[in-house]
Parts: sequence; structure tokens; C-alpha cells
Amino acid sequence: MSEFNGGKELSVLPRAGKLRLKRSAIRERFRRVNNAFMLGLTGLTTVVGIVPLVWILLSVFAHGAEVISIRFLTDTFKPTSLGGGGILHALVGTGILIALASLFSVPLGVLAALYVARNPNTSLGLAVRFGTGVLSGLPSVVVGLFIYTLWVSGHGYSALAGGMALAILMLPVIVRTTEEMLRLVPKSLREASLALGAPEWKTALKVWLPAAMTGVITGLMLAVARVAGETAPLLFTALGSNNLSTALDKPIASLPLTLFKYAVDPSKLRNAQAWAIALIIVMLVLLLNVSARLIATWRSKMY
Amino acid sequence: MTESAIVIPMRPHVTSVADVRAVVRATAEGDLETKMKLEKVSVFYKDFVAVKDVELAFYANKITAIIGPSGCGKSTLLRALNRMNDLIPGARIKGRVLLDGEDIYAPHVDVVEVRRRVGMVFQRPNPFPKSIYDNVAYGPRLYGHLKRTELDAIVEHSLRRAALWDEVKDKLGQSGMALSGGQQQRLCIARAIAVEPEVILMDEPCSALDPVATLKIEELMRQLAKEYTIIIVTHNMQQAARVSDYTAFLMTDEYGAGTLVEYGETKQVFTNPKDRRTEDYITGRFG
Repeated sequence: MSEFNGGKELSVLPRAGKLRLKRSAIRERFRRVNNAFMLGLTGLTTVVGIVPLVWILLSVFAHGAEVISIRFLTDTFKPTSLGGGGILHALVGTGILIALASLFSVPLGVLAALYVARNPNTSLGLAVRFGTGVLSGLPSVVVGLFIYTLWVSGHGYSALAGGMALAILMLPVIVRTTEEMLRLVPKSLREASLALGAPEWKTALKVWLPAAMTGVITGLMLAVARVAGETAPLLFTALGSNNLSTALDKPIASLPLTLFKYAVDPSKLRNAQAWAIALIIVMLVLLLNVSARLIATWRSKMY
Repeated sequence: MTESAIVIPMRPHVTSVADVRAVVRATAEGDLETKMKLEKVSVFYKDFVAVKDVELAFYANKITAIIGPSGCGKSTLLRALNRMNDLIPGARIKGRVLLDGEDIYAPHVDVVEVRRRVGMVFQRPNPFPKSIYDNVAYGPRLYGHLKRTELDAIVEHSLRRAALWDEVKDKLGQSGMALSGGQQQRLCIARAIAVEPEVILMDEPCSALDPVATLKIEELMRQLAKEYTIIIVTHNMQQAARVSDYTAFLMTDEYGAGTLVEYGETKQVFTNPKDRRTEDYITGRFG
């Protein structure tokens, strides 16, 4: 409908007489009230929606902040009778687990995303998309059980097994975001490279993927944020440990597992430490999300 | 700067008997050497015939313009010349496209080699999100390891030939995307000529540019025609008349397939068209 039509209708309206005009003024007021009401309602629900987040942040801060100190971050496990020690072993463990999981899932996920973005409508492409959708909805405990039967039952609990479980959880996030970012790269860029005589694989690695790189990194960060706090899949894979360990074939500590253990501990000191760990995990996830956002904005300014 | 320093072994050799014959025939006809030739070329998208039975010869060191109304298959035809249509699922071609007498769609032909010899400049400037230097060096780097000095020479030479060197020589490290539209398009031309193609295809290279930038590109095309065979698709008839030596006019037939209506020297096509439809189009009666 063009503006021309709208103009025509307007010029017809006044001819309908004064009565009609008066009534439309009442309607106008009703509309305005209605608008204000609905706007208020949606605003209210939005506020209600972020209340849990703010609440969690505040309570975690209130309980956890006082426990955190340099010593808490740099000391390893000690019995409560010796002051309880720190969480260095859990920090290192989580770092190793995330590094392993990224090592497994990034190459796999990025290559899969390249395939799907290149051939979106082939049956394999559609299958991968559907598969990542299902995988991202899978309860993480199921993934833990899967790795348990596949690997742990034969090789025992290990950091490696924990990394595998987290990798499976990261994979769909990485495939999804990478694929979306690749599709945002104008096709003309790929064509330019191909027209210069570059084979497709070189075009993918030298032009296509680099152009989407910030997006890929954003996706990786979101994926890490997703698994940084996962507890269930680590229960029967990484198991947890009180030792500072970097061995990949041994059970390893992690922040969420330690949090879980300390939270159900009868000791008050352990409970307080659990709050501190919760604060650290929340800050980590927050940091990852914020930097992912920042990178995304920086990227959008580039184009 | 030393021109002799740049030796890229990419020039083809006249090897087959057909090539020699073609050259001989061309010389007999005058001074025209046929660089590319279309023999009954049809392009299909699945069941749709986009281009039908086109016969055309593109002459070396000449600028040939392909004109015609929207949707008449100009771009499709152009993209058939360096096999860019291969990338579109369901696209097929019938007939032969000869480059120096050799069918570029023959089974043994390497598509990468074809695209190296037949370069392309696109409708919208599409520099890579890399530095100006890396944009131009991208192509040469694909073909083996070059020394830094060699690469520098190629980059400078290409940018000079694209009439961009003086504007960018002090900021080669800056992103190619930071340049103006016209500069970006000249960067894309520099990038294309850096791999020493023999033919340059241009798909409405000025449609996204302002008149001043357009004029610059047109001047550049005249310069480049001394070394390259240029084939340009354009919507702009004045542009075709200004820059091209030969003009091909395409139109859709009653089934929507693009067919060649008229082909000849630009002067003749514009001043004395043989076909009524060409005259109607050129005088603006439709299209």
C-alpha cells in the first residue's frame, strides 16, 4: 500500500461528518490508555525477568566476596583443621578441562560448520543442523553417562574423559555460531578469491574463515561459558580430586565439582568457600559473555 | 621501478594446431586475434534456459561490451567465461567456450587454471578484509612461494597499472575496506591483474560508483586493453558506447532465454544497428 492510497483515505474521512470525528477522538484516547497499559505490562515482565539474575549476582557477591583472597586463589586443598586451604587445584583443573574440550571441539566444529555453510541444503548439511539442534538440547548428565560407558569404564576416570564430555556439550554451540558467522560473510568475497584461481579449500581457509574469525571466537567464548559451570557431565568422567594435578589420565578437580562437594559439606568453612567458588564461576561466565559481546560489536563496526 | 623484474610464468603457449590455425585465420581477416569464442553456448539453471545458443568471438586487446535489458542473461554469459557458474548448484552449460582455441569446459581442463587466465571484477567492490598489500598479493601468493622483493614488485606494478599506486603507496598496510568505493574497485582490478590474466571479465564494474569514479575506471579500462582482452557487462549504454570496441546485444526470447540479437563494432551497433530490436533498445524505447 503506497502513501498515495493512505493520503486518499485521509481526504475521504472528514467528509463523514462531525459525529464520526468526535467518536474517533474517544477511540484515540482509549488507544492511548491501552498503549500505556500494555507498555507498562511488558516493561514490568522484563524487569521481573532480570530479577533472578540480579538476585543471584547480589547473593553470590554478598556471601562469596569476603572469602576470596590471594591466598584462596593460590593455595591448594587443605583440611579444614588447617584453615581449609584454597582452590588452585580446581582453577587449574577447570582450565585444563576447558582447554581439552576446546581442543577437541573447535577443529571438529569449525570444519563441520564450513561444510554446512557451504552446502546448506544437502541432506548431510540438513542432518548436521538437525543433529546440532538435538545435541544442544541434550541433558548434560546424559553426555557424562555416554562418556562413562564409552571411555571411563575401560580407561578409568581422567581429565581426558572430562574434556571429552565437555567437548560434546560445546560442539553444537560452536557449529551453530560458526555457521551463522560464515553465512554472514558476503558470497562475493568467496567469489573474488575463486575468480583469482584459488581452490575452494584455500578460499575457505584464507578468506572465508578469517572474515568470520571474530564470530568464531565469539562462538567459542559462548561455548566455554556454557560448559564452565557444568557439573553433571564431570561427575562420572573427571571425578574430581583434592590434589593439584595436571596429568591428563588421572582424575582432576574442577570449580563446579568442588563447589558441589563443599556446598554439601557439614563444615561452615567449606560452605563459605563454596560461595566463593560460585562467585568465581559467575564472574568467569559473565566475563566470557561480556567479551563475546564486545568482540561482536567490534566486528560489526568493521563491516 | 623495473618492469623486467616481474616474470610470472603464466602466459599460455600456442601449442595446438587449432590454435595456430585460429591465429592464421584471424590474421587473414585483419589484425584481429580471437581470444575467446563461444560456440552455440546455452546455460541452464536446472530446467530454465538462461542463455540460448550464443555464438560470439571476443578479440584480443579489445574491449567488448555485453549490453541488454535486465534478466537477459548478460551476467550468466559472462560468468560462463571463467566457469563461475560451476559454483551454482543446478547450473549446466551446453556448447563450447574456447580460450585460445581450447574448450575450457573440456573434461581434462583444470578450472583453477581457467580462472587464473580469465580474471574477474565484480559488480560491487569486494576487497578482502585484509590490508591493501595483502589484497593484491593474495593471488600471486597462491601460485608458489615468492620472495618479499618479488611480491613487493608485483604489488607495486599491479597497483600502478590500476592507477591506484599514488593514492595508496603510503598506506599499503591499511585495510582495503577503508578505501572509497572507486578506490576499492580499482584495488579489485589491481588484485585481478596481479595474477597476470589474459582476459578480464567485468560485471557492471561501475554500477555501484559515482560518475567521477566511473570515469576513472573507464580510463583505466582503455589503458588495460593494451595488454588484456576485456569483456564488460554493463547496464549503461553510454558507457558501452564510450569504452568498448565491440558490442553484443542480448535479449530474452519469448521463453525468457537470453539470445544474441546483434554483435558488431560498437560504432556500427550504436549508429547503424542492423536489428530493429537493437535500435529500439538503444534509443530507449524499452529496457
